[in-house]
Formats: sequence, C-alpha cells, structure tokens
Amino acid sequence: MLHSCIMFAQDCNYRLTGTIEDFHDGTPIVGATIYMKNLDTYTTSNIDGYFSIDDLCKGKLILEISHIGCETKLLEIDVTGDMVRIIKLEHHIEELGEVKVNGKGQLKQTATGQESKIKSEVLSNYSALTLGDVVKEISGVQSLNTGNVITKPIINGLHSSRVAIINNGVRLQDQDWGIEHAPNLDINASSSISVIKGSSALALSGDAIGGVVVLNPKRAIRKDSLYGQTTLNGQSNGRGGSVSTKLGKSFKSGWYVDGIATYKRLGDFEAPDYVLSNSGTEFRSFSINGGFSSFEKGFNAFYSVVDNTIGILSASHLGSIQDLVNAINSDRPLIIRDFTYDILAPRQEITHHMAKAEFYKRFSSFGKITLNYNYQNNQRFEFDRRRGDDRDKAAVDLKLQTHNLRLDVQLDKTIKWISNFGVSLGYQDNFANPETGVRRLIPDYERYDFGIYGLLKHQLNDNWLLDAGVRYDFNRIDAKKFYLTSRWEERGYDEDFSDIIIEDFGTQLLTNPQFNYHNISASLGAKYDWNESNSVLFNASISSRAPNPSELFSDGLHHSAARFELGDLRFDQERSYRLGVSYKYDVEATQLLIEGFINRINGFLYLEPIGTNETTRGPFPEWAYMQTNALMYGVDFTFSHTFNESFSYTNKSSILFGRDTQLERPLIDIPPARTENSIRFSKVSWNDFSAGITSELVAKQNNFPNNDFEAFLPLEGENVLVEISETPDAYHLLHFDAQMKFSFSKRLGMKVRLGIDNILDTSYRNLLNRQRFFADELGRNVNLQIQLNY
Amino acid sequence: MKTFKLIFGLFLIIGLHSCSNDDDNPPPVNEEEVITTMTITLTPQGGGTAITMRTQDLDGDGPNAPVVTVSGALATNTVYNGSIELLNELENPAEDITEEVEEEDDEHQFFFSLTGTNATTMYADMDGDGNPVGLAFTLTTTDAGANSITVTLRHEPAKDAAGVSDGDITNAGGETDIEETFNFVVGV
Repeated sequence: MLHSCIMFAQDCNYRLTGTIEDFHDGTPIVGATIYMKNLDTYTTSNIDGYFSIDDLCKGKLILEISHIGCETKLLEIDVTGDMVRIIKLEHHIEELGEVKVNGKGQLKQTATGQESKIKSEVLSNYSALTLGDVVKEISGVQSLNTGNVITKPIINGLHSSRVAIINNGVRLQDQDWGIEHAPNLDINASSSISVIKGSSALALSGDAIGGVVVLNPKRAIRKDSLYGQTTLNGQSNGRGGSVSTKLGKSFKSGWYVDGIATYKRLGDFEAPDYVLSNSGTEFRSFSINGGFSSFEKGFNAFYSVVDNTIGILSASHLGSIQDLVNAINSDRPLIIRDFTYDILAPRQEITHHMAKAEFYKRFSSFGKITLNYNYQNNQRFEFDRRRGDDRDKAAVDLKLQTHNLRLDVQLDKTIKWISNFGVSLGYQDNFANPETGVRRLIPDYERYDFGIYGLLKHQLNDNWLLDAGVRYDFNRIDAKKFYLTSRWEERGYDEDFSDIIIEDFGTQLLTNPQFNYHNISASLGAKYDWNESNSVLFNASISSRAPNPSELFSDGLHHSAARFELGDLRFDQERSYRLGVSYKYDVEATQLLIEGFINRINGFLYLEPIGTNETTRGPFPEWAYMQTNALMYGVDFTFSHTFNESFSYTNKSSILFGRDTQLERPLIDIPPARTENSIRFSKVSWNDFSAGITSELVAKQNNFPNNDFEAFLPLEGENVLVEISETPDAYHLLHFDAQMKFSFSKRLGMKVRLGIDNILDTSYRNLLNRQRFFADELGRNVNLQIQLNY
Repeated sequence: MKTFKLIFGLFLIIGLHSCSNDDDNPPPVNEEEVITTMTITLTPQGGGTAITMRTQDLDGDGPNAPVVTVSGALATNTVYNGSIELLNELENPAEDITEEVEEEDDEHQFFFSLTGTNATTMYADMDGDGNPVGLAFTLTTTDAGANSITVTLRHEPAKDAAGVSDGDITNAGGETDIEETFNFVVGV
C-alpha cells in the first residue's frame, strides 16, 4: 500500500499541454473536445486552441479529439514526463477550398505563393502595437515608419499602394498612398495575419505588386458557446497602455455574433536621451461581426470603426531649408519639451468606417457562389501649426468613400481541378474640403474600377500542385484639379494638356484630368513536395499598377512632410515581372525556409528630393515623383531548431538589393540587410513558462542614390550642401520577453507576459523612419500584458 | 435569396446616390496663411527720403521665385525707423498678416542679420512679456559701404533662450515664416 502511494507520487504528476490547430492553416480550434479514452474524462480547448491535462501517470494515454466540422482524431501518447503536443485537425468540410476568396480567409490564400502566417498566439503579443510592427515577424517584411505609431508594411522593399491590405475580406481603401498614412485597423480584431510576397493572390487584387497582407478574423464555430477575452497592456515608454475586449456567442445552429472594443492611450515617447515631444496617440476601435454559417450557405455582416489621433513629432515641422539643415546638423531634436499626454499640432485625426455584407451558397456537383458588398468611409484631418483664425482649422481635410461589389464563383466538382472566376466592381469618391484655407494636395476625384479574373488549381499527383491565374483590371480616374498657372507652365502642361482646362481663375486653372488604365496580371506557380520534409515552390507573376492620385496630382506644400511634392500627369502604369523560388525543409526539430525573388519593375514610381523651391520663407525642400525602370532582388531566410524540451533557436534574416537600371544607380529607401537571432527557454511544468532573448542587427544601407543638393542659405550668406541622402549607421538591439499561463478553472485562464524592448537603451536611427533626420528611435520600453480568457 | 436581394438593393441605392452629385465644379482655394509680400519701410529720423525693401512672391508656393527690390541707397550716419508690413496678396483684397503677428506677438520674432560694417539694428517694440518682436526697429548707418540684411520671421521661437531677446537667431528654433536677404548700399 505504502509502496503504491509512493509510486503514485512519482509517476502520476505529469502534465500534457498543447494546442489544437487547423490542419490547413494552423489557426487554433476553439472548443474542441479532448476525450481521454482510458481515463474516461474530458476537457476542451480554449479560445487559443490551448488545452492542458494534469496528473497524468506514466504510460499510454489514448486521446480522441473531436470538433464540429472536423474529422475525429485518435491519438496514442506515451507519457514519459511533461509533454507538449500540437494536434492538427482536418476541417474536412473545407477541404474543397484552398484558395479562399470569400473573405473568411481561414485557409491559405494562395496555392503556390510565398505566403507566411502569423498565428494568434504571436499576434496577441502585439495587442498594443500596430500592423507595421507585427508583420516584421516575417523575414523580408519590414515597416515604414513616421515616428512610432504611423507604421506600414514594406514587403520585399515595396510599400503603400503596392501592398494590398485585406481586412476581413475587404480591401482597405484609406489613402494608402502617403508614407505617413498608416492602415486604419485594429489588429486585436484578427486571429491571424497572412503575408503573401508578390502579386500571386489574384483573387484579392491585381495591382498589389509588392504583396498582400490578409487579416483573418476568428472563424465561426458551430457550437453553443459564449467566450470572451480581455487583454490589458501597460508600457513604460509612452507611459500608457491599452485595453481590448472581445466577446462572442455562437450557436450550434450556425448563428454567431462577436464584438471587439479597443482603447489605447499613450503620451510622448522617449528616446534614450530625450522626450520625443508630441509623439503621443489615442486610438479607439469597435467592431461587430455576425451571421450564419453552414456548409451549404451562409452570410456575414460586419461593421467596424477606427478612430485614431496621432501626434507628429514637433521637431519634424519645418519652415524652410535652413530649418532642415539645422535639423540634419543637430544631434538632438530642436524642440524638446517635458513629457505630456497632450497631443498638439501637428497631428492627424482619422476615422475609418467599414461595413460589409457577404452571402454564399454551395450547389451540389457545381461549387460555390459568393457575393460580397462593402463600403468604406475614411475621414482624414491633418492639423498643423497655424496662425490667427486658422489656428484650429485642419490643413488637410479629405473624405474618401469607397463602394465595392464582388462576385466569386468556385467550381470544385473534382478536388483535383478547382477553378475560380470572379468579377469586382468599385467606385471611389474623394472630397477635399476647400474650407481648410490650404490648397488641396490631393484633388477631388472619382475612380471607377472593374476587375475580372480566373484561377485554376490542379493537384497533379501527390508531389505536384500547380496553379495559374489571369486577371484584367480597368481603372478610370476622373479628377477636378486646380493648378497654379505658374506651376502649370513650369511642368509644361500648357503644351501637353491644354485641352483639359475647364476654367481659368487668373492665377489658378481648374482642370479635369481623366485617365483610363488597362492592367493585365497573370500568375503561374508550382509546388513540388519532394518528400515529407522537403518542398520547393516556384511562382512567376506579371502585374501592373495604375499610378495613384498622389503620384499623378501632388502639387504643393505637404505640411506634415515639410516639403513640396510634385506629381506628374504623364505617368504610366508600373509593370512588375516577378519570379519567386522557395525551398522548405521541415522535420520535427528543424525548420528552414529560404525564399528568393527577383522583381523587374518597368515604370517604377518613387519620390525623391530634387532641390529647392524659392519662397518668401527662403528656399524650401522640393520632392518629386519620378518614373524609372527598377530591378529588385533578395533572399529571405528563416531557420529554427529545437535542441531539447527546453531550448530552441530561431534566425530570421533578409537581404535586398534595388537598382535603378535606367539611371544606373541604387534605388532610394531600400530596407537594409537585417538579421534577428533569438534563443528561447521553455518549461511546461512552470505554468507553461517561456522566456526568450532576441538580438536584432540592422546593417547600414550603403547602396543609396546621391540626392544631396546645394541651397543658398540667406542666414549663412552662402551655398550649403544639404546632406539629405546619407543613411543611418548600423545598429544592434537586444529584446527580452517572458510569459506564463495560469488556468483557474476549465473556462477561466490567464496569460501574463513581460517584455523589454531595447534593453540596453541604445540610441539609433532607422532609415525606414521618415523622422530620422530629426530624432532618435525609442529607448528602452518595459511592457506588461495580462490576457484573460473566459 | 432574401439576403442577396437586400445586398444588391443596398448597392444600387448607394451607387445611385453617389452618382447624383456629379459635375459641380469645386471652388478654388486661395492659400490663407502664405506671406507673399514683406515690405520694410525705413524712414530717416529728422526727415529725408524713406527707403523701402520688398520681397514679393505672387504665385505663393508656386515655382516662381520671389522678386526682391530695394528702392535706393541709405544715407550715412543716419538713424532710420524701420517698420514691417506683411501681406498675403493671393487673397483679394490682400490680407494683412501684420495684424495677426501683432495679435500673437509673443509667438513671433523678427531677426536682423547684417553683413558689412556700416549698419546696426535695434528692436523698438516688445510683446506682453517684455521680449522684442521686431515689427518696429531702428537701423543706424555709419560710413559708406556695401551691406546686406537678412530678415527672418520665426513662428514659436524660444524667446527665453540665450541671446534670442538680443536678436541672435542661433538658439531661437521655431519655424521660419519668412526669410529674405536684401543687399543695400550706405552712401552714394
């Protein structure tokens, strides 16, 4: 008796933990039933797909895992100690559709694209941050920043209008042309993010020559359940934090509804040596998603609103080239005030509404039809430091409204051959409010889009998966644009475009530019699974992008950028020819992914400093959009290895080259080489404890064009070289994070995470931050996150 | 199919609505805050010919450079009362920006930077805090010679910073609202 008691104490205190994931895409499966056959007890997976079984004895354990819509899985586990298992379930009702076009986007977006996924577990670490921060998880993807809050993804060196952002099946339309225009969304509303490098996701867009970022909401489950999650974040840098709450209810009948609300408030951020004055932010968002889903038919209605106020660094606001030279020559920002939560001018105030309605129906021996309508309303105000009566008036006041209707037909009678056909119709209206008292940087315009596509996927045999797609897009832009007569003549438009003048106001001309663009995109790909651990992927694509309103029409002072920006009506489309090759090696302890690409872009549009414009304020920096032919190529590398139960290592590296083949010089603003090494320690028996240290090394970009220009500085009484081209030095940062999970009851769980970014409080500047001329990046930031699941 | 109809109907309604507000031409916007013209009038104390220095940029932020004029030479060994007028001539009638600067004089300051050895300047006005503004100033000439004066208006300068209230721009910071160099001659 005594003997067996001791045996029990020694051998029956083991713990099995793990996650239940979808076989196709690795998203967590909520509410899966885990039945321990030989113990006759049950447990279920929580909102993260996580489960744990305590007090296990040494020996065989038989698990039966089941979930609505999934094939029930039997699993035999030999318990020898504390163990972790990732269990993948096959959603067999969904096995028909790998190329997702219906917006629920739970599965892979492409069959042969260079696609990576950020799972909800990783995503939740970024609850208080932005999309631009989280996508850096993927090798080869970086973020383009204006300060610390305005961030946008750069995929293989391409950004803004070249990257489509799809949120819950809707392509975000929010004036994405500007570097300082960040995507308006709440990442807390997504359960995973997919990034597709290149333009192979033709069902989603034809002109995203850089790539596509897809934010997937949590999938609806057919089960009676009520669940919630609240995430609290606090951080030392910015002295603030965020709170985000999700609540969801689903029914076995297929009805579901969930809502998410997020609030974030941060004061001035701090660099190691000073306060970054006026860099605070206030963010509010709310969304509600509901509908009915079954295998045969379903509908989804979604509404979200994001309201964001963002301070722009005071010291980045310039009046003349003298101010710019002073800023470049100074180590410190020229305005440093005490810390405050106040957000003064210059600042942005953006409100983005999105509404979507979607309906689908399946027909036997045919396939599936999906119809999606969405509407977006983006109101953007930019406030500037102004004088007199205009003090509280916005300097930019733009309202962008977009309607989109999409019909997709999927033919999946045979699993070996799946094809999709679709049509997309879009209408967009931009209104620039004249009440600002500032000449419109972006004019009033209407844009009409029509797209049609066909995709084909073929599973040739167990080894080969082939796909091909073709898409045609028509874009028409019809603008009402004022030009200063002097500018009109300086650009030579009086010779080429005299027929578009509709009214002459003396010093200004009202014109009506109307442009039509025809774009053809195509993609061809193949995936070869050598064996269980080796696979190779090839993808070739052609795509074109029509110039955006900013590239065509910019003309005037961009207050928040402190420069003149000039577009050109003569611009043609960009045409990209991209070839991507990936090699993947995946065994239990080691994963390796090497992704190479080469991208030839004819008619590549970019913005660069060209000199000065003479004003009564003295000479002012002038930037112009240019068009050239470009060649970009690079390699992204991801490697991870698990040494034993406790230690694992990850490396992510990327290197990229960009050349202007017409002017035979490097392209401007190409992300520098980057490598990230991290070591992680995990101990399941300590409440799932894990901690990691990450080293981030970013090289100096030595390949940059020389855009330095000479300007006469009245105060110095001489010509001075404005050294605007030099790139920042290399930098190295260390980051730390640790987390633990606690389970209070079957329903109530908690995750606690502590992170320290930039542990050594290193001062550095980042080429990909537009404010690099004015201030250092953030210093040390300690953040604490508490996540409650219930 | 009910949902289908609903969605389709919604699209139609919104589509029609948005097509109906076409063909109204937007009104032009005249830049409200640009200072197109700065006129400095130098009136000799005790009488004589007043001198004007002017910079005028009638296309505002357009590509044309400002036109800079100085009406004539200054007399030797003379004290001039200087006054500055700022206009936005993009608006019709022209907007007097001088008044705005006067109203917000604690946030504005002119700086006068001279090259040559034949003239000096002094502030002749103050804001509510006793700091100089520069809308009124004196310019004192000595011997004959060629000189230049750079006049800079800074918005939100650090008036308390070292040397700023003495007219030294080095530590002033703020944002440049206007800056022009005038070449002038003292004596004939």
